[in-house]
Amino acid sequence: MEKFIKIAKKLIRNPTSFAGLIIVLLYVGIAIFAPIIAKPPYPDTPYEMPQMGWSSIPKPPSWQDPFGTTQGQYDIYYGIIWGTRTAFKIGIVVIGLSLIIGLTVGTISAYFGGWVDEILMRITDIFLAFPFLVGVIVVVTVLGPGLSHVMLALIIFYWMGYARLIRGSVLEIKENEYVMAGRALGTPGYRIISRHILPNAIFPIIIQVSMDMATIPLTAAALSFLGLGAPVGYASWGQLVAFSRNWIVSSSGNPLSYWYTITFPSVAIVLYAMGWNLLGDSLRDILDPRMLIGM
Amino acid sequence: MEKLEEQKKTEKKSKILLEVKNLKKYFPIKAGVFKRTVGWVKAVDGVSFYIRKGETLGLVGESGCGKTTTGQTILRLIEPTSGTVHYGGVDLLSLSKRKMNKYRSKLQIIFQDPYSSLDPRMRVKDIIAEGLKSAHIGGSRKNRYDIVKKYMDRVGLSPLYMNRFPHEFSGGQRQRIGIARALVLNPELIVCDEAVSALDVSIQAQILNLLDDLQKDFNLTYLFIAHDLNVVKHISDRIVVMYLGKIVEIANKHELFINPLHPYTKALLSANPIPDPTVKRKDRIILRGDVPSPANPPSGCRFHPRCWMAKPICSQEDPPLIEVQPDHYVACHFWKEMAEQN
Repeated sequence: MEKFIKIAKKLIRNPTSFAGLIIVLLYVGIAIFAPIIAKPPYPDTPYEMPQMGWSSIPKPPSWQDPFGTTQGQYDIYYGIIWGTRTAFKIGIVVIGLSLIIGLTVGTISAYFGGWVDEILMRITDIFLAFPFLVGVIVVVTVLGPGLSHVMLALIIFYWMGYARLIRGSVLEIKENEYVMAGRALGTPGYRIISRHILPNAIFPIIIQVSMDMATIPLTAAALSFLGLGAPVGYASWGQLVAFSRNWIVSSSGNPLSYWYTITFPSVAIVLYAMGWNLLGDSLRDILDPRMLIGM
Repeated sequence: MEKLEEQKKTEKKSKILLEVKNLKKYFPIKAGVFKRTVGWVKAVDGVSFYIRKGETLGLVGESGCGKTTTGQTILRLIEPTSGTVHYGGVDLLSLSKRKMNKYRSKLQIIFQDPYSSLDPRMRVKDIIAEGLKSAHIGGSRKNRYDIVKKYMDRVGLSPLYMNRFPHEFSGGQRQRIGIARALVLNPELIVCDEAVSALDVSIQAQILNLLDDLQKDFNLTYLFIAHDLNVVKHISDRIVVMYLGKIVEIANKHELFINPLHPYTKALLSANPIPDPTVKRKDRIILRGDVPSPANPPSGCRFHPRCWMAKPICSQEDPPLIEVQPDHYVACHFWKEMAEQN
């Protein structure tokens, strides 16, 4: 606990990590208070973006729609706010489940070693052999579009990184004498893993998770852009960008007259990814094992 | 008359706490894509000795001779290749892992490195209480912590420190935590695996005195593994000398220092520094060459390529460990000549 306080202090002291932390906290706030910031017109289906009319041409920002509307009169402001929730939902579910699979596979593999390790790592290799995006697209195509299918596909092709990371970490930690001391005291294997090995092996994972909180929603947005993600009208940044595809450069008059359709969703995506990356980068510096000595 | 002798024999036997017979641990050397075993490192190769109740048995030898492996194999922290370890009439090595756990509290170990042997993420009270929890002793958590306090006090640590983390302590204090952790289970035998080697000389003395006191108070038996002869001489009753996975000599400590019957023991003793700069030693024996690899040990007596007394027989026949005097065992073809030299 004391260590976490030290890490938190270091995060706040450094300007880049502080910026990352603020941006991430801002998004967390937006996600939590979404129903207040952007009141859903139909509370039963809050993730459906409200349509402000039937015209296909986007409308510029106004008092009613602060960020304007995009193709099909979907409210951009509403889409961004509730899209934040979608991004967190995808990030937490995909990373959480990948982490559980990866932790289990990696820990068992490293702790028991021998043929158990061999079999589990070869299975991991098979999954790693698929190109990530191609694999995900194939699975989503087979299962059909939809957010839960996208998340499932992402999990199927994302847990291997965690498994390998954890395996390496556990292999290192289990050589420590305190693990042998645990066995000499008659501590059962599961408790040696949960009390001695995992708490010491988890730090590289924390860094990876924070980086992936940026990567995974971006991938989901990319799939959404390709039309493989959420159904039409579902609040997600990828979908908003997809809608703006035809309006990046206008065909008549001022070429940038529909600037708002692409700018607001893109800024949301870029800021989100930047926040997590800044946070992850500084966590990596702070948690560097050479700097941990004496902590 | 016969009866009396038999009685004596049984008495001697009942005093034996732990008997190791023909213990072997070979580590495989694996190579190639398919991890084929291409050879074996014979870390411990047929070691036999016994420990009497209440005594301290020193185990010495240079690094890589298999001392630590011997200690850890006895406690089954490393699974042995073959051999037996009898403790209270039970062969520990043939027990299932679950049954072995019942004996864990009776046989404990203190590790060499006070830094890597304590989990950096656990508080001192939890480190010491771990064994109690695993053995289901002490009932409630609060009760366990009360026991922890008592033992912290006994090893010379203030119970006020029980909520601290290991990195807040010095090396000597950490070793005291390691001792308390082993002691709290009320063991009969403690393997001290180079327990003081990593410490400063002044701290070494404190820890050795603590171990001495604890032995008297708790009626402990020690297997004291070390490479420092002065330390071993101070604390041990009998000393086992190992070379390249084998025992070369076992004797009472006074007997061993006055009358070493194995050339290796003699060389080892002559290498022991005398803490007095004015003393000029003339009897220093300098051995030729290095310790051979345990993956490919020499034929016959393992010491013969470096021995100044070696004769052709030494490279052909492995000398058995024989009792040449009561309680003095040696594995050398020429122990009689050695005795004459002494």
